[in-house]
Amino acid sequence: MKLITAIIQENKLDQVREALIEEEVYRITVTRVSGRGQQVSDCVYRGQTTTPNLVPKVRIDIAVNEEWVERTINAILRSARYNGGSVGDGKIFVTPLNECIRIRTGERGCEAI
Amino acid sequence: MKVKSVTIFGLVLAGFLLWGAQVVQAQESDAPPFIDGGATAWMLTSTALVLLMIPGLAMFYGGLVRSKNVLGTMMHSFAAMGVMAVLWVICGYAMSFGPSTLGGWFGWRSGLILLSDIDDKIMAQGVPEYVFAMFQGKFAIITPALIAGALAERVRFKAYCIFIALWGLLVYNPLCHWVWAEDGFLFNMGARGAIDFAGGTVVHISSGYSGLIAAIYLGARRGYPTLTTRPNNLVMTLMGAGLLWVGWFGFNAGSAISCGLDTARALTATQTAAASGALMWMIIEGLHHGKATALGFASGILAGLVAVTPAAGVVQPGGALVLGAVASWVCYGAILLKNRLGYDDSLDAFGVHGVGGTVGAILLTFFIRKSWMDEAAVAAGGSWGVISQLWVQLAAVGIAIAYAVGITLILLFVVDKIFGLRADRHSEMAGLDDSYHGERGYGMLTAS
Repeated sequence: MKLITAIIQENKLDQVREALIEEEVYRITVTRVSGRGQQVSDCVYRGQTTTPNLVPKVRIDIAVNEEWVERTINAILRSARYNGGSVGDGKIFVTPLNECIRIRTGERGCEAI
Repeated sequence: MKVKSVTIFGLVLAGFLLWGAQVVQAQESDAPPFIDGGATAWMLTSTALVLLMIPGLAMFYGGLVRSKNVLGTMMHSFAAMGVMAVLWVICGYAMSFGPSTLGGWFGWRSGLILLSDIDDKIMAQGVPEYVFAMFQGKFAIITPALIAGALAERVRFKAYCIFIALWGLLVYNPLCHWVWAEDGFLFNMGARGAIDFAGGTVVHISSGYSGLIAAIYLGARRGYPTLTTRPNNLVMTLMGAGLLWVGWFGFNAGSAISCGLDTARALTATQTAAASGALMWMIIEGLHHGKATALGFASGILAGLVAVTPAAGVVQPGGALVLGAVASWVCYGAILLKNRLGYDDSLDAFGVHGVGGTVGAILLTFFIRKSWMDEAAVAAGGSWGVISQLWVQLAAVGIAIAYAVGITLILLFVVDKIFGLRADRHSEMAGLDDSYHGERGYGMLTAS
């Protein structure tokens, strides 16, 4: 089992969701986050260009079984790029998942994903 | 020393100005027009109240969309305050309240361009015509802004601005002329004219049916209706509904262009119908779903207010109670039907304004106060009954619907072909705020 965490551009959320649904990945947790990677984002407010030091992003968490890891990653890669790839498109982290428990039934492991 | 000389110079200058002003006043007072201070004060207040409805509408609509579209949707209302108010001063007032031209299609008097002729004019009601022109201008702002509810979350901003400008010129101004100008043909239809006290046909029917056509022409939002969208901020929607209710007192009670008995009657009918509509919607939802929603209550307020808009001048409180309640029933049904039929009138511009306006304009016939009917009978030179007035109302509603739908269809086609009305796939998915305004509505929610 793996936990796939993707940090993406906030205006790419709809594209990524549609791509994941196409790959039959429906179970997903989405949070609004802000952070700083390579991207320096300029915003224009009342004609002034300002550079906020933390950029708003969307974080997606998906827990999957091994055989779903690649298709989930590919779906995100396919849909989250801006103009074929730009600084600020985000990152995908894959971490091992020790345990997964469904609260309703108490099932554990792969069955509970 | 320097300060002192400046002070003396200033005093002398002020003296000259005062003297000059007195001379001008003395010259103008040759034919002093009568100004009714009470009526003017109430009309100024009403003008401000109607303007307050537009931010109210922005909040009402803005709360109902997804957070990525909140600014874009609020800007639809705010942009109307810019576009329509400028057009109104330039030529809108001339087209609406000038003498009929082109066979009565709209009004026109070149002296009214930029309101230049009315600079020193006081109307027969004792109100400066500037106040009347500004009061009417607020109606011209809110009407196209109502259509935005049907276009929400998927219209290009530039094309929207051009569409409402053309719509204001070619749909609103002619309709306003027909119904409210003294030589408009609906104003003079039947014994005492088609009854549209504050804009049932001009404002709500015209915008509602145009919205329906625009929603169908534009197509549904991406993912509609399977990916249902959750309102981003119902708290804001309720605040907007509250502002609309308050502003409506200016909208209806100001439409008497006086400060007296008619104002009091309109105010009472407005309050009664809004409350009755809201209460009825709550009861319907309670029976249908077991829960009374906040959005339902707000929709009921609007349904009641829309229905009483044409009727506020002629119905008594009992009639207003019935109008509000029936409007809620019918609008609730219209929204259920919309979900069945599957067209995407996103924020129910048609379901509430089109349907509620139609219900009000027709149903009011059965609740007209006796004194109005007596005067109509005298004007008709004999008898004038409910059925005779019903035909006039039906004709006015039918004409307003046919005209609004026809011209809107042409405008949609033209604007779409030249500018592209529908947001492209990427812009729609990214959200109107990011795509057309480069901003985000809720920046404060994240640490940045």
